[in-house]
Amino acid sequence: MTDAVFQVGQRVRIADRTPRVHHRVPSYAKGRVGVIERVCGLHGEPEKFIRGNGEPKQRIYRVRIPQSELWQDYEGTERDKLEIEIFEHWLEETE
Amino acid sequence: MSDHDHDHARTFQADHAEPTSEGARVGLALRELLIEAGHYTPEEERAVIAAMQGASPRDGGRIVARAWTDPAYKERLLANGAAAIRELGYELEPYEFTVMENDDNTHNVIVCTLCSCYPRSLLGMSPAWYKSASYRSRVVREPRKVLAEFGVELTDDIDVRVHDSTAELRYMVLPQRPKRTEGWSEEELAALITRDSLIGTQRAFRTE
Amino acid sequence: MSEPWGPHDVGGQQGAPIDLAEHDTAYWEWQIDAMVRLALKKGLISDFAELRDGIEHLAQDDYDKCTYYERWAKSLAYTLVSRGVISEQQLSNQIDAVRARQEAEVAA
Repeated sequence: MTDAVFQVGQRVRIADRTPRVHHRVPSYAKGRVGVIERVCGLHGEPEKFIRGNGEPKQRIYRVRIPQSELWQDYEGTERDKLEIEIFEHWLEETE
Repeated sequence: MSDHDHDHARTFQADHAEPTSEGARVGLALRELLIEAGHYTPEEERAVIAAMQGASPRDGGRIVARAWTDPAYKERLLANGAAAIRELGYELEPYEFTVMENDDNTHNVIVCTLCSCYPRSLLGMSPAWYKSASYRSRVVREPRKVLAEFGVELTDDIDVRVHDSTAELRYMVLPQRPKRTEGWSEEELAALITRDSLIGTQRAFRTE
Repeated sequence: MSEPWGPHDVGGQQGAPIDLAEHDTAYWEWQIDAMVRLALKKGLISDFAELRDGIEHLAQDDYDKCTYYERWAKSLAYTLVSRGVISEQQLSNQIDAVRARQEAEVAA
């Protein structure tokens, strides 16, 4: 197992890009900043399963994002959160 | 096509007509071709269907009831859902399994916006609304409004956590044990649990 | 936030009130479900990612008008044809055979 690049509590930005191939990052989360909630295991990379075997595997993290970061007109409390699984190659370090 | 009889691959029964939509015909035709070419047999198909039909929210209910009555089990379930679920004898597809706990100030709800990922091997077929564009579109953006449509009214002292299941994890909500159920048996508690309470579109239980 | 890149990428869009009606899965839907699981087990597709990829390649109006398992069926057909497991001709002949059989049953 390769070591995890990101640690629980670290702030990360989800990459804002749109590869013209299957990928598992919804557009609403692209470019958004959140905090690593949990470090998960290694899994086949979705982009590499199309005419491939998903290798090399990538680590998945659960990222917690405040709802107010996602939606300007969010109707709820400041404490409401969205949590989403993101592969390591979609995450960037941020302040 | 070969001219021999295709009955072994057919789905038609006189009293239960086949679907005639274009998309369904693509599916029926593809199925017949794959069986005809020997990629799988009708017996294998029946076995897969029976296995998938065997899973139901009752199994989720047993897991929740165990967690409500055994604090050490609950701890293991929250730390490593898949291992704790297998501990009770359930077979799971090889996903990581994450159990999210509700409490007085937290409500969890699960969605898969990109397709409709759902813990099928444990909870059985997902509800139609879970796969609908409305639910997938809206619950991430206006969870409180969507939950209200299910009859779940959340006050501002309860935080909402929406979990978008986008990859290799599967989720289940661990609902809060209702008050006034002290002394209930694990079996009685398990009977309270519904499919929707495991997805997070139900919060309270009828204990009367 | 980027533009959605396929018909499936709906998170955050506007939508109608949730229709809470339950739907009993029809046997043909179970059969499509089993077909995809068996295609995966037998190595005809590499991962559910390929099923999703096929669904994401449906045109928007096709995605919208198809039911859940119709999308699965079309996606698997797309992948297996593009991979050469079956030919487009075989598939279209078999669809014709299914249609003819169904129309004959209705007429009978």
